[in-house]
Amino acid sequence: MVDLLEYEGKTIFKQYGIPVPKFLVVSDEKDIPDFNEKMVIKAQVPTGGRGKRGGVRIVNNKEEAIKAMKEIKNIDFDGYRAEKFILEKAYNVRKELYISVTLDRSSEMPVVLASAEGGVDINSVPQEKIYKKPINPFVGVTEYLKRELSKFLNLTPEQAQEMGKILSGLYNIYDRLDASLAEINPLGLTDNGLIALDSKITIEDDALFRHKDIPVRYFGLDEIEIEAKKKGLSFVKLEGDIGIIANGAGLNMATIDLIAQAGGKPANFFDLGGTDDPEKVIQAIELASKVTNKVLFINIFGGVTRCDTVARGVVQAINELKPKFKLVVRIRGANEEEGRKILLENKIESMLNLDEAVERVVKLAGE
Amino acid sequence: MAIIVTEKGLPVIVQGITGHQGSFHASQMKAFGTNIVGGVTPGKGGTSVNGIPVFDSVKDAVKETGAKASVVFVPAPYAPDAVIEAIDSGIKLIVIITEHIPFHDMTKLKLYAKLMGARIVGPNGPGITSVGIAKLGIMPNSIFKPGPIGVVSRSGTLTYEIVNTISEAGLGETTVIGIGGDQVVGTTMQEVVRMFQQDESTKAIVVVGEIGGTAEEETAEIIKKEVNKPVVAFIAGRYAPPGKRMGHAGAIITGNKGTAQSKINAFQEAGVKVASRPSEIPIFLRQKLQSH
Repeated sequence: MVDLLEYEGKTIFKQYGIPVPKFLVVSDEKDIPDFNEKMVIKAQVPTGGRGKRGGVRIVNNKEEAIKAMKEIKNIDFDGYRAEKFILEKAYNVRKELYISVTLDRSSEMPVVLASAEGGVDINSVPQEKIYKKPINPFVGVTEYLKRELSKFLNLTPEQAQEMGKILSGLYNIYDRLDASLAEINPLGLTDNGLIALDSKITIEDDALFRHKDIPVRYFGLDEIEIEAKKKGLSFVKLEGDIGIIANGAGLNMATIDLIAQAGGKPANFFDLGGTDDPEKVIQAIELASKVTNKVLFINIFGGVTRCDTVARGVVQAINELKPKFKLVVRIRGANEEEGRKILLENKIESMLNLDEAVERVVKLAGE
Repeated sequence: MAIIVTEKGLPVIVQGITGHQGSFHASQMKAFGTNIVGGVTPGKGGTSVNGIPVFDSVKDAVKETGAKASVVFVPAPYAPDAVIEAIDSGIKLIVIITEHIPFHDMTKLKLYAKLMGARIVGPNGPGITSVGIAKLGIMPNSIFKPGPIGVVSRSGTLTYEIVNTISEAGLGETTVIGIGGDQVVGTTMQEVVRMFQQDESTKAIVVVGEIGGTAEEETAEIIKKEVNKPVVAFIAGRYAPPGKRMGHAGAIITGNKGTAQSKINAFQEAGVKVASRPSEIPIFLRQKLQSH
């Protein structure tokens, strides 16, 4: 997932006909022009709740803006510092609305979500105060949907006109940019009409191949997670000391659950995926060893990934890395006998039964 | 009988047969007893893969072989086009193995398939196996045993683990279907559970779910209202942190939605026994089948 920054989102909004305040993107005090009116300066950071942490400030002239920028640059936003800022007119907002287009997991269709209670986390708004309606991708945004939405939000005919354009713009962003979320929160009801005061656009990883202009970002990821992601591997760091490698997402999650249920502390989620290359297994063990303190548990159910491939990779990795932690290998499925033989020849014990393997891992971790 | 794949000898093609995965699994499916009649790779028509004829288009393959189903191994950027080609050529069952197809494409493919009367299974799943009939997908041939259990799962290898456990316990399966780990899937858990309820040969149902989405909660509602066969469930991701995508595109807890606990609670309320380890599943199945 790539979360675009506010200014990137607002630039896209403009292209799709959604009204945004006139804004400047600044990163240095020399970028700030002279001015003498009520403006707002906002940190461009990928984390939520920046306002509460002082990342959004009202300023009335150049000097105040420079002072605010300096102060904001020193704020830690979940390990991220603001490098860029939006400087824009501060509107007199009569009311804050909410609107987004996103995928509804239940109906597996895009939906529009809207509420007259904007400016807060939409999850905290009661269901009956949220307008929710699917948009069929073969049909797109219809006129009746626009009317219904505006009625729900109690808009004037003039505002309803603007709202119709905003909804179409948001849906087009969702559809054409492969966004999983195109959100305006708050959508300000001002003396100058409806204006998008913030933007949130999230682009699906799987669709990035057709959006080369979207920057790949690794916000909120641990260093090792970034390293894995760059290699196309699926890795999630957890807090424990037992390293885990399994093939397949479901088996991985189940392995973590079994270890935790037995009293162990898993250090990670790591999907080896389907491979018939021992080199990949070696790479995986190298990566997992960075989070493993006590025991590394390799749990493979062979199919596309054959057990003998895994065994060869394990033997080579152990010889090369000479790790200090203990190793438990559990292999089942395709070529399991050959795999077990290879491991045994190299004095690496392997197990077949999952429950027994889990028990052993947790026991070794406790020693 | 079984579900979805019910006809022995069903003529099946493999789209993307000349690729590494496509060629390997075409042979594996054949070894299982699936009637693989051809493969499709544009530009490679007239060649063959392990004795299986390759065609340039699905239309050609259907004309020459009478194919009725397809298994798609085509890489994600080209897979949606391959699926539309199959639907337009009259294929009624399309199993998509490919991972990383953008969900926007799947939303549209699913609507198109429905419009044209075709069924999609997957993507990002291991496919479907009806024991003793045919295998359309990549599940290992060795794990199955004929028996009375229907299995539906959002996962791949975890399904193999569980099916293997069921087989080793001497129970065996009717149909095993991996619906895929994505956010939008062609055939849902809810539909499959309804089909298992209707299928005479299926005496008990195993549902393998995971974090993310609401499929398990909705399935539990259906079980409560419409299913009188014993159901045992397993949910992966009890210890998964929120906000992190656990391998599958669909396996993510967003806010407080999609947690394992919510799914476990929903199943338990519907009278479904929820196993905490794969090895408990056959034990629960036996208890339920005996008392039923």
